Amino acid sequence: MSMTGRLFGGGISRRDFIKTCVAATAVMGLPFGLASKVAAAAQAPDRPPVIWLHFQECTGCSESLLRANHPTPATLLLEMISLDYHETLMAGSGHQAEKSLHDSMKANFGKYILIVEGAIPTKENGIYCKVGGKTALESLRSAAAGAAAVISIGTCASFGGIQAAAPNPTGAVGVKDIIKDKPIINIPGCPPSPYNLLSTVLYYLTFKKLPELDQLGRPKFAYGRRIHEHCERRPHFDAGRFAKAYGHPTHAEGYCLYKLGCKGPATYANCSVQRFNDVGVWPVSVGHPCIGCTEPDIMFTMTIADKVQIHEPTPFDSYAPVDLKEQGTGASPLTTGLLGLAAGAALGAGAMMARKLPDGEQSAEQTEEESHGRKE
Amino acid sequence: MSHDEFQVHRAKILTPSFWVLLTLTLIGFALIAVRFIWGIGAVSNMNDGYPWGIWITYDVATGTAIACGGYAVAILVYIRNKMHYHPLIRSAVLTSLFGYGLAGLSVMVDVGRPWNAYNFFIPSQWQINSAMFEVALCVMAYTTVLAIEFLPAVLSRLQQTNWNSARTFLDRHHGRFGLDTEIILAKLEKLRQWALWVQPKLDKVLIFIIVLGITLPTMHQSSLGSLMLIASTKLHPLWHTGFLPLLFLINCLFIGYSIAILESIISSYAFKRPFESEQLTGLASITPYLTTIWLSVMVGDLIWRGQLGNALSLDFYSGFFLLEFGLVASGSIILLFRRNRQSMRWLFVTAVLIVLGGALYRFNVYLIGFNPGQGWRYFPSLAELMITVGIVAFEILAYKVLVKLFPVLPRLHGHEEPASVKA
Amino acid sequence: MGGKSRRDFLKLAGLAGAGLVAAPALAVAGSSTSGPNDEELGMLYDATKCVGCKACMAACKRVNGDYNALAYEQAQFDPDMLWDAPKDLTGSTRTIIKLFKESPKEWSYVKYSCMHCQKPSCVSVCPVAAMVKDKITGIVDYKKNACIGCRYCQVACAYNIPKFQWDKALPQIVKCDLCKNTFLKSNGTSACADACPTNAIMFGKRKNLLAEAKKRLTEHPRQYVNHIYGEYELGGTNHLYLSALPIKKLGLPELQKDAPAEFSEKIQHTIYKGFIAPVALYGTLCFIAVRNMKKQESDHQSKGDQPHEP
Repeated sequence: MSMTGRLFGGGISRRDFIKTCVAATAVMGLPFGLASKVAAAAQAPDRPPVIWLHFQECTGCSESLLRANHPTPATLLLEMISLDYHETLMAGSGHQAEKSLHDSMKANFGKYILIVEGAIPTKENGIYCKVGGKTALESLRSAAAGAAAVISIGTCASFGGIQAAAPNPTGAVGVKDIIKDKPIINIPGCPPSPYNLLSTVLYYLTFKKLPELDQLGRPKFAYGRRIHEHCERRPHFDAGRFAKAYGHPTHAEGYCLYKLGCKGPATYANCSVQRFNDVGVWPVSVGHPCIGCTEPDIMFTMTIADKVQIHEPTPFDSYAPVDLKEQGTGASPLTTGLLGLAAGAALGAGAMMARKLPDGEQSAEQTEEESHGRKE
Repeated sequence: MSHDEFQVHRAKILTPSFWVLLTLTLIGFALIAVRFIWGIGAVSNMNDGYPWGIWITYDVATGTAIACGGYAVAILVYIRNKMHYHPLIRSAVLTSLFGYGLAGLSVMVDVGRPWNAYNFFIPSQWQINSAMFEVALCVMAYTTVLAIEFLPAVLSRLQQTNWNSARTFLDRHHGRFGLDTEIILAKLEKLRQWALWVQPKLDKVLIFIIVLGITLPTMHQSSLGSLMLIASTKLHPLWHTGFLPLLFLINCLFIGYSIAILESIISSYAFKRPFESEQLTGLASITPYLTTIWLSVMVGDLIWRGQLGNALSLDFYSGFFLLEFGLVASGSIILLFRRNRQSMRWLFVTAVLIVLGGALYRFNVYLIGFNPGQGWRYFPSLAELMITVGIVAFEILAYKVLVKLFPVLPRLHGHEEPASVKA
Repeated sequence: MGGKSRRDFLKLAGLAGAGLVAAPALAVAGSSTSGPNDEELGMLYDATKCVGCKACMAACKRVNGDYNALAYEQAQFDPDMLWDAPKDLTGSTRTIIKLFKESPKEWSYVKYSCMHCQKPSCVSVCPVAAMVKDKITGIVDYKKNACIGCRYCQVACAYNIPKFQWDKALPQIVKCDLCKNTFLKSNGTSACADACPTNAIMFGKRKNLLAEAKKRLTEHPRQYVNHIYGEYELGGTNHLYLSALPIKKLGLPELQKDAPAEFSEKIQHTIYKGFIAPVALYGTLCFIAVRNMKKQESDHQSKGDQPHEP
């Protein structure tokens, strides 16, 4: 049995493994040829240690990773890393579990990847969330101290999420508001696409560096474009066909959900491309407007039915600019040239004629004689 | 019947220049056909920013001013009672007729939906607020009036003919077209009789038609200026003024007199006839008065509206304004001297200067000073220009042919008629 | 020139020009006092609410059947000419959404369509009444069966709204008619206002639109430039604009309050009032000409010459 077979046991076939690697490569926006490099990295024997902490959260992010119909990404992810601590997945519990956490942190100090799921309450020294007698704030700080990098998975860990929604009773914040001295990758979403986490980790394993991030700390390969740009309902938007209400024929026809509050035009995520659960569905495809879960300014600050302002028009919008600079046809060289020649000829003919015309007073007889002479 | 003032110019019709003009005319009319098949955009550079291009600016707005020779001379002869200018009138009327008729033709080429032009005759469609409505009706009426004014020349020619050439032609082609020579000649003879019958009746009412021919240009030449009053946001303030109608009226008068001078000199020169020196000197003494009034109204208005600085700012618009002003002013100043007024050379030069300046004024109002904004620009396309050239060529061609068929040019005194070519 | 002829000349000049000289002075002196009619129908376009979806453009083309110009103007990104991407109002585009963008923060959409002026220049200049303003609704409509295609309306319109079909053998003028002939009859609103997902286009009577615009200006003073474009421009328009940026940046002209049509019509009416001036001019000229002719004839008769042929 090959190493891959040993690695994954009966959980994943070679075929599924390659398929998933190719998908992850595509998500990263890398050329197809790099898929083999990614696959090689995924099979590398030195599995990076990972510590996965849960704070104020619903475990939805973990669930979405684990409960995918086809568990390939999760299996692959869990097989290629050494997951030393994950509250949901660990077999152990209590002091045993705490011990493994501390052991791993000590043994891999400076090398492990810290994945955080859930927001961190800060009010009254963070007493609103405690694990093993320690507040989330303390756990995070001590875990982050030895981490090579931090991945905030989900909107809660990234931006505070629903816990941070007004009036935010626990003073919940995201990881980036507490940890300032470590590289942090935000993978927001409620839940985020498991491929985005997988691809981020694979990217790190393949290239030994962090992917390029946008200003909100999100990997650009996954959060570089708006949902709107690749939405399957986009042609309806461009043609001005909007679903008027849930259940209305226009809704059933698959018209654009913008009027129902779709936040796609302002939401940076790859949902419309990568989709979920490996069966090609996502909220908009089943008739629900995007709620903008990857955007700190949209989800939990706007209501779902609110229409979002479209800040930056994207191609295919191609608006005509107000100032068109130049319209109409100007002078062509041929026309001006001919016109110049004609004017010059006319001027010349005029001048010639003026020269030939008699100057000074002349009697009628003289003139007539002259003209008569010319006639003969 | 006496028509001692005018005579048929006896000369060959099919000269080399005839063929050149005919070629230009045919090119122009071919392009007109293209315009009617594929739309105006196929031949013209006109666009939604400049909906009026060279056709309206030159053929209509400037062409009718140049065709004002008939109007200007008629004022002189019939209103100011200067009968010694009467010999000039027929050629002036003929050029006016062509100027206006072909302005009308240009309009039919220029308008997008000419088949709807009958609406001008349906009172329920009349829109009396529109200067265009006034211009259109007046131009149509004036073209008719000019045709009637020219009728005496045709009638007198008809009365004198003995249909020799027609007889020769019909004899040569006898039976070829199923034509019976005698029946046709009988019909032609009837036409001659009709001409004899209608002439005295026409003579009685002609003076009222002539006066109509003076009133109508007064109305529509000022209205040509009124046309641009509405474009207050698009026409440059150097030219947009409430005095546009007055300026256009005076402008057409001095262009008219200058064109009458030019026409006379050029046709005398081209047809190798003596110059009508006395009349031309007289005409030339009128233009400086008109241009002085015109320039004073213009400058006074600029001062009143506080635009004088604009006029002297030497930018694009100021340049064209100063050019137009300079051409008219320099021509007028030269004419102030009696000696220059008696020199054919200076008469020619000044008339050219004044016509150019006056025409440039109309170009400035209709095209150069017109800026619709939004980055629009316009320069006529070659095809567009060739249509105008074709129409003008046709105008000159027809003039040259008609003076050789009908008594139009002033009679040469003290000389026998040149040997007759053919009756 | 002798003294007599100069006097004659001045007399004539005075006669011909009297009306013309008086006209501009009169036109400047008085301007119309009747205010705008707020019962007319119009639209309020709020640029701050517009999201640039172009649903209005699509709806407009749909109801007016302006399909024939798919890719009338080619967009740079579209070599296959599949998308209808007009750059401006055209002979097949009655309304258009444009973008003004100076920087990521300074930007705005703007919708162009007919302003439906209270005193429309196009109606004033059309020689055959092909542009008409509805007396009740105030809609400026185009009658293609009257139009001769002279394009004077295009010259006259300060907003450059009417467009001509330059590439057609049988062209028309094309402009917004507020759906008078299409959508308005069956739906009581314009197609663009109906299609707008964000209510950036509000259809209604001018008084309601003005009230709404003023309400928005007082409720959100920081969101808008404090100016309702169209309230007074050129005598007022029925299409009103609210925007966050100065209107000039959105490509709409800054205009005076007086309608140009008032000015030109006043001059034209002063000259042609009751057709008195032309008739008087004709009468006077006839009198002079006939008197001249009689004098001429008597001169000739006394000299024994033949009478003069006119």
